[in-house]
Amino acid sequence: MSSQDIPEENLPAEQEHAHGAVSVADEKNPFADPGLPPHEHRVQDIDERAAKRSERTVALLFTVSMLATVGFIASYVTIDVAKSIYVFPIGHISALNFALGSCLGLALFCIGAGAVHWARTLMSDVEVADERHPIEATPEVKAKVMADFKEGAKESALGRRKLIRNTMFGALALFPLSGVVLLRDLGPLPGTKLRHTIWSKGKLLVNMNTNEPLRPSDVAVGSLTFVKPEGLEEDDHEFQTEIAKAATMIVRIQPDNIKDKQELEWSYQGIVAYSKICTHVGCPISLYEQQTHHVLCPCHQSTFDLSDGGRVIFGPAGHALPQLRIGVNEEGYLEALGDFEEPVGPAFWERG
Amino acid sequence: MSTNENTTATSAAGADRSRGKAPAGERVADWADGRLGIYSLAKANMRKIFPDHWSFMLGEVCLYTFLIIIITGVYLTLFFHPSMNEVEYHGSYVPLQGQLMSEAFNSTMHISFDVRGGLLIRQIHHWAALIFLAGMFVHMMRVFFTGAFRKPREVNWLFGFLLFVLGMFTGFTGYSLPDDLLSGTGVRFMEGAVLSVPIVGTYLSFFLFGGEFPGGDFVARFYSVHILLLPGIMLGLVVAHLILVFYHKHTQYAGPGKTNNNVVGMPLLPVYMAKAGGFFFLVFGVIAIISAIATINPIWTMGPYRPDQVSTGAQPDWYMGFSEGLIRVMPGWEINLWGHTLVLGVFIPLVVFPLVLVAIAVYPFIESWVTGDKREHHILDRPRNAPTRTAFGVAWITWYMVLLIGGGNDLWATHFHLSINSITWFVRIAFFVAPVIAFVVTKRICLGLQRRDRDKVLHGRETGIIKRLPHGEFIEVHEPLSQEQLHTLTAHEQYVPAQIGPAVDENGVKRKIKGSAKLRAKLSKAYYGEDNQIPKPTVEEYKEITSGHGHH
Amino acid sequence: MKKLSARRRHPLAAVVVLFIALAACAGLYTAFAPADKAQADETSQSLAIDEGKRLYAVGCASCHGTGGQGTTDGPSLVGVGAAAVDFQVGTGRMPAQQPGAQVPKKKVIYSQAEIDQLAAYIASLGAGPSIPTEAQYSPQGADIAKGGELFRTNCAQCHNFTGKGGALSEGKYAPTLEGVDPKHIYEAMQTGPQNMPSFPDTTMTEKNKKDIIAYLDAVNGDETVEPGGLSLGGLGPVSEGLFAWVFGLGALIAVAVWVAARTAKAKKS
Repeated sequence: MSSQDIPEENLPAEQEHAHGAVSVADEKNPFADPGLPPHEHRVQDIDERAAKRSERTVALLFTVSMLATVGFIASYVTIDVAKSIYVFPIGHISALNFALGSCLGLALFCIGAGAVHWARTLMSDVEVADERHPIEATPEVKAKVMADFKEGAKESALGRRKLIRNTMFGALALFPLSGVVLLRDLGPLPGTKLRHTIWSKGKLLVNMNTNEPLRPSDVAVGSLTFVKPEGLEEDDHEFQTEIAKAATMIVRIQPDNIKDKQELEWSYQGIVAYSKICTHVGCPISLYEQQTHHVLCPCHQSTFDLSDGGRVIFGPAGHALPQLRIGVNEEGYLEALGDFEEPVGPAFWERG
Repeated sequence: MSTNENTTATSAAGADRSRGKAPAGERVADWADGRLGIYSLAKANMRKIFPDHWSFMLGEVCLYTFLIIIITGVYLTLFFHPSMNEVEYHGSYVPLQGQLMSEAFNSTMHISFDVRGGLLIRQIHHWAALIFLAGMFVHMMRVFFTGAFRKPREVNWLFGFLLFVLGMFTGFTGYSLPDDLLSGTGVRFMEGAVLSVPIVGTYLSFFLFGGEFPGGDFVARFYSVHILLLPGIMLGLVVAHLILVFYHKHTQYAGPGKTNNNVVGMPLLPVYMAKAGGFFFLVFGVIAIISAIATINPIWTMGPYRPDQVSTGAQPDWYMGFSEGLIRVMPGWEINLWGHTLVLGVFIPLVVFPLVLVAIAVYPFIESWVTGDKREHHILDRPRNAPTRTAFGVAWITWYMVLLIGGGNDLWATHFHLSINSITWFVRIAFFVAPVIAFVVTKRICLGLQRRDRDKVLHGRETGIIKRLPHGEFIEVHEPLSQEQLHTLTAHEQYVPAQIGPAVDENGVKRKIKGSAKLRAKLSKAYYGEDNQIPKPTVEEYKEITSGHGHH
Repeated sequence: MKKLSARRRHPLAAVVVLFIALAACAGLYTAFAPADKAQADETSQSLAIDEGKRLYAVGCASCHGTGGQGTTDGPSLVGVGAAAVDFQVGTGRMPAQQPGAQVPKKKVIYSQAEIDQLAAYIASLGAGPSIPTEAQYSPQGADIAKGGELFRTNCAQCHNFTGKGGALSEGKYAPTLEGVDPKHIYEAMQTGPQNMPSFPDTTMTEKNKKDIIAYLDAVNGDETVEPGGLSLGGLGPVSEGLFAWVFGLGALIAVAVWVAARTAKAKKS
């Protein structure tokens, strides 16, 4: 629809008028507002053929939309929900999702494109100015409102009868407390729950992969194993809540490489057990680097040194990873020698 | 009495007759007008003028994505079970069959794999949410950089800001509902953050989760917050926001015929009805197509939440990314005193998080205090003409972006072969330094652009044509600007820096000058002082230069 | 029978008989082969060790020491086993090109035969895990869902939900598992290359490993279906956010520019 096809005599000649008026202002102030530029016609305004073309385009878009909706329904009915297809370059995807989404998208987009094209090419594009009115009320209105308010306030005698006023404020201030009190039963009080896990003396360390207890010989230097306390099963009602505190990881370090004395004492032949729950905000930390003995948290990158008492060496965590004291029972299985001695996981006010 | 009744009866009859002839549509409108007064409403609004500019449609993007989210969200509630009861998965996705999971996760799997079109609606819902927040961000920045927040629109700025903040939390609660491994990790983070609050943190956490984390309550609680509480408030705010937009009438950019007392554009009916209505379908269409070709939040690859499992690359959706950055780069400070722990490493980011947002929210009030300007402003500023504001905005965005980098430090590390520790240190330093640099650089760029505008007005547009004068001198031909351009480039106002006033009053008594007044004078100078804005060309300067043609 | 005898003079008869005879021989050979093979193996084994030692002296000894005892530049290889060699050399990590946070995967420069020889030599230095057989690592008949659970417990923390890889400290990283030979995945779990911890059979059974490999094959293989469409790298919200900004909001702004733009005016030609 290039403008070149329009013969000159079809173009409006009004443009010259407007400019004449402006040049007067020009003399005094070259920066003065020349006013709205005169309206220029679009091709569609003066060439009925172009307008017809626009009309057909809009109608075509609306028709495509109708077809796409039919396509949507047809896809819904005919395509199996489990069917997958290969679409280049996306890959193997769900046929139904692709068909439904494309049809819906097309149906909607064409309605929008049709409406906008209609507005842009066929509806009037004459710019008009609308006056603004100040938001602020006129002084008279303001005076009336103030007078009314004073009148009303006086009639209520709120300023004079202080007793009413004060008790009313009191009542209004107090009643929301009922709502606050109602929130009390949202949960139990913390008590000492955050201080304990279900680890206790004599509980075997059960390998989470095999669900079997571990022997020291199973744990190789440089290996990483995740354990849970004996008796905690995945389908237990409290599994999620308990494992959120009790999750533990086992690594084996050459005893010579363990720098912390207490860590060595609490280990068994270089096998050390540390809480898997980050002391920062509780992510299951377990990105163990076997050569450096560092363990990194994938959430906020706190880094702990498992060969040095679980000390924090980088990142936002505020204290060392708690270590679980372990030993071996008569049958030769690894067992806990008690609960963690400090609360596991994120720090809290009462932690101390 | 009786005559009165008679007259009303006759006039009513007359009206009935005239209405009887009216077409059906008009009769319905009459009916409604008699009860709702729609004609008076329509009189003010039907041909209301809206200016045309693409940046004025960013708000529409937000409005429409919000509507799309509500529509698709309602559909999702028909299938989603907000329960944390453990069930075994028996749906059609093989790699999870037989796994234990919460009913919330199970029903989300059901929506994704067994409800026809369920996956599409889920993806539209989530993509629309990301775009909603992104749209609000850009819309807010448009309003900021053009100064559209000035009187009378400060309240609407706050409504918009609240919508952005509430949108973030609605997004976060919604993202947590499927109870998948990624979102569960996010909720766990939230527990840690709540625990860090001094004195009451532990109690808050227990009340929020109904006991210890994760417990069996949070999905149901987040659900009612996500689908009822927050969207309800947001819907109210959206309506209020729109009413104010109508009431204030839209702002416009400077240009010929555009003044502070008018609004130039095209009428609501029919042009904007078609354009804005059509734009809703365009937005919905684009999001539907995106949802047809791009996965979002594939919970089936993440698996159900278990507090002892995790994946690397654990991040929240983008709009929470800056808070993730704050928490990742914070040093691990922890103070133990008198048997209590102050978890500064978590609590400081928790406090800075709202401050980052508030910093941008309060800016309009600071600016209006510095300028002391009480007039209404309906003509938008070009960002260059408000250098200090623009510099502040860019500094804020820089701050936000630095934190986003911090929030994705692991992916920066893997994709650009960097050390995660170096990135963390970079962010720690850039958090303080980068906004300052951005401020200084942006201000200089703005002033440079102001100078260029000034030259353009005074000397015309550089045409690139070199001419040789008879005596051998080479000059570049400058084409004078049209009056429209001259007006547009000089339409902005320039403030004069506020003065404290004389130190003594007319009686020679020392005046008391409040500290706030001094601060204000100082700030005003920093905004509008000599080196902080380029004086726009005056008519005299222009005339002097243009009268002596060929002098340059 | 009649038919058969009628055709014995057919020109192709001889060929058919020859094939039958050959097939019979082959069958007989197979039936008696195990004994022969064991014998052949022993000799080929010692040959391979010699050959491997020669390759070792050229390509590895400068860092790992002449007898595999290790130097300051490279760890001891005594007892790492054939599986470690097959992994390190078979993925091109060894020989290392330059020191750095981590030795990356590269183009493999040895043939599989040479790798086997090197592996045989290293295995001869001290007992260690041997190269797994296909039956051990093939995903056939494994429990994919169990593999998924194991993967999320043991592997996802470094390698991401579906093995797309992730960052470790100080520039180290867990590589992507996409397109990695199941054999190498198995060997990596068994031997713990570089900073990866090992998951020996004593704590993670052969069956466990097989399940994990099957899970990876299901969620990160060539044929993996991504029902929703583009997986955007499988990296989670960061890439999703980037996509929403660039393509989502980007497309909508492009549309908005079109909606708000002035329609072309008719101009005088």
